[in-house]
Amino acid sequence: MTDVPAIAQVAAPLVDIRDLRLYYGTVEALHGITMGIAARQVTALIGPSGCGKSTLLRCLNRMNDLIDGVRVTGSLRLDGQEVNSPTLDVIELRRKVGMVFQKSNPFPKSVFENVVYGLRIAGVTRRDVLEDAAERSLVGAGLWDEVKDRLQASAFSLSGGQMQRLCIARAIAVNPEVILMDEPCSALDPRSTARIEDLIGELRATFTIVIVTHNMQQAARVSDMTAFLFEGHLIEYGDTKRLFTNPACRQTEDYITGRFG
Amino acid sequence: MKTPSSIRQFWRRGEPGVWASGAALAAMLLGIAGMLAVVAANGVVVFWPHRLCEFTLHDGSRVLGEVQQWQDVRGGGRRVQLKVGNRDLYGLDFRWIEGADVAGTRFPCDAVALERQEYGNFYGYLAGVSAADGGPGDGTGGGWAALEAAWRQARQQREALERLQRGINRNNLRMERTRLRLLRLRHRGVAEDDPRVAGLLDRQAALQREFSQLVAQSNAAAVECRRRTARFVDSHGSEEVLPVFGIVRAYRPNAMGRLAKARFYLGKVGELLFGQPREANTEGGLFPAIVGTVMMVFLMSVFSFPLGVLTAVYLREYARDGLVVRLVRIAVNNLAGVPSIVYGIFGLGFFVYGIGGRLDRWLFPERLPTPTLGTGGILWASLTLALLTVPVVIVASEEALGAIPRGIREGSLALGSTRLQTLTRLLLPMASPGIMTGFILAMARAAGEVAPLMITGVVKLAPSLPVDGTPPFVHVERKFMHLGFHIYDIGFQSPNVEAAKPMVFTTALLLVSLVLAMSGSAIWLRQRMKRRYAMGSF
Repeated sequence: MTDVPAIAQVAAPLVDIRDLRLYYGTVEALHGITMGIAARQVTALIGPSGCGKSTLLRCLNRMNDLIDGVRVTGSLRLDGQEVNSPTLDVIELRRKVGMVFQKSNPFPKSVFENVVYGLRIAGVTRRDVLEDAAERSLVGAGLWDEVKDRLQASAFSLSGGQMQRLCIARAIAVNPEVILMDEPCSALDPRSTARIEDLIGELRATFTIVIVTHNMQQAARVSDMTAFLFEGHLIEYGDTKRLFTNPACRQTEDYITGRFG
Repeated sequence: MKTPSSIRQFWRRGEPGVWASGAALAAMLLGIAGMLAVVAANGVVVFWPHRLCEFTLHDGSRVLGEVQQWQDVRGGGRRVQLKVGNRDLYGLDFRWIEGADVAGTRFPCDAVALERQEYGNFYGYLAGVSAADGGPGDGTGGGWAALEAAWRQARQQREALERLQRGINRNNLRMERTRLRLLRLRHRGVAEDDPRVAGLLDRQAALQREFSQLVAQSNAAAVECRRRTARFVDSHGSEEVLPVFGIVRAYRPNAMGRLAKARFYLGKVGELLFGQPREANTEGGLFPAIVGTVMMVFLMSVFSFPLGVLTAVYLREYARDGLVVRLVRIAVNNLAGVPSIVYGIFGLGFFVYGIGGRLDRWLFPERLPTPTLGTGGILWASLTLALLTVPVVIVASEEALGAIPRGIREGSLALGSTRLQTLTRLLLPMASPGIMTGFILAMARAAGEVAPLMITGVVKLAPSLPVDGTPPFVHVERKFMHLGFHIYDIGFQSPNVEAAKPMVFTTALLLVSLVLAMSGSAIWLRQRMKRRYAMGSF
């Protein structure tokens, strides 16, 4: 145990979370989370199952709205704008905050149509714009060389790892500021996982990435900052290297050394 | 001890489950195949010309007709059922003859079968054809060739007569429209000396003059074309003089080769599909009933499918899953089990008398008490059937929507799409094969339903089709004919049920084929959709 503060202060955070509480009906699932997420960094959320890390992640693009009976208090600001405000345009928010899910979820359309889906629903119809965006996103997701000859093939003809990268390409096609990743590699084999981890390393130059992961080695490998959540509390938040080598809290130490969780 | 242990094993391995389910499937397939086979076997052969058989009986009398069936008689011996036709002479179409009474059997080549406009078939021998003016003939006696020539000429006359009849119908229609317009003006209290009333009265008079002219022409033509007659002798030696005009078809089945019979068959099938019914629907074509059935199913789909799919979308995508939604779902499922006649009564009370009656009072008050919309019609029948089939569509659509993984919805919403965009771009296309299944079930049910139609607009014989060439081309207020009702009507309500039996089978075959054709095309469409929106790895 050292004397570093358990919750690190981030200067000029892109996402500023203050005393965020979330209730499923009457059950409080997040107990006053306060943290800042820096721009153009990879922030990992770790913790045992059910600790609230996915719930916290989904607060960032208000995906929890889809669940009946969810209530949120406290403040969550993105670029200084209150995300939980009832007057906020959720559609606009979700264009700024993309998301990649645990299970890859390509749409039953061609590879091309999957990538440009976000643009199409935003009303883009010009073919050259769509094609440029598709190429840029697929290159960005490291998938271009593999699919450039079969853009019109069904997305389901891709392998599991390719599908997940397609979902990443789909997310970056609309040029978001933040990309949320909810255990993006948990259903993939080690090779595909390595591929996606490399990709995250490349994407951090352009995007702010928040990743939820079960895999502590992965968090250690890909992230700049790590937050450890336990039973809805933010236990520790700090520089990844420091947190894994010199945790401030006993609970963090127990978790990362595999004594529970 | 080998057997008991192997039986135990049989049970232990769970084999009875396989066998029972397999047997159930086999029984079901057998039932369906059996039904289709009976309908097809009886329906397909109806139009194949049967041989005419002449029995000479021990008492010296002769009987000519089509053999229907041989039957074993209790106590030994057999008897034969003969279709003897000539209803106008003997009042009976069929006759049973004891096998023991038959002295000789012959298939005379010159035996003639006639399909007539009235009194069913005639079987006998040709004796002669009169001259065109009804005189005694040209002295050659008038053989088969003369009859055929006379028949062709009569057909031309018939066409001319039909043209005249169409003119009369048109005239009637215009007259009716003028009458209604006049009625409306008078109802509004327009004075009799108003130029509009006067104009209509003039028009009415002109139409009346035209009508008298047309009728006179038509009557003269009708008399003229009945002049030419043909003489026939039946097996008893009775002579029958028939106007050639009244003969629909004359043929000598025993002299026909396979090719001639095939041509005859195709001609009859063509008449069935495109012709008008004759003789209280037991002969002739089913065209009005086919059009009625198809159009009714089509209209039903137009009402039922959007309503069902939208309801399912609301229940599955928008409504919060609570007590109310669950109650609605239970109610919808139960609606599918309500007897169809109950829907019929509801349709009569709500659509026909309720909505139709009210519309009549608003739109056509001058015609009352004669109802326009307040009486059964294809619109009300379709709406009633739409109510009946909508639960099927709702249940199928809801299940199809529910089968789509959550990830698709979340993935789409996370990209900033609205719920409506998610629905129209992803969910509905992905659910479309399942929704199509609901459509197919609904369509098949609607096409086969008879009971609710009987009180909401089906008739035995509709004077005009619900679609035709007179504006506004689609007449949803008209009564219509329906294949299912046709089966019931000719099979159980016609004065000569035995003679109508072949028609019952053909109509049943046609109805089954129609349902198969409609579901078949829907299934084909569903396959294409499935390929397009296959869920691949999910």
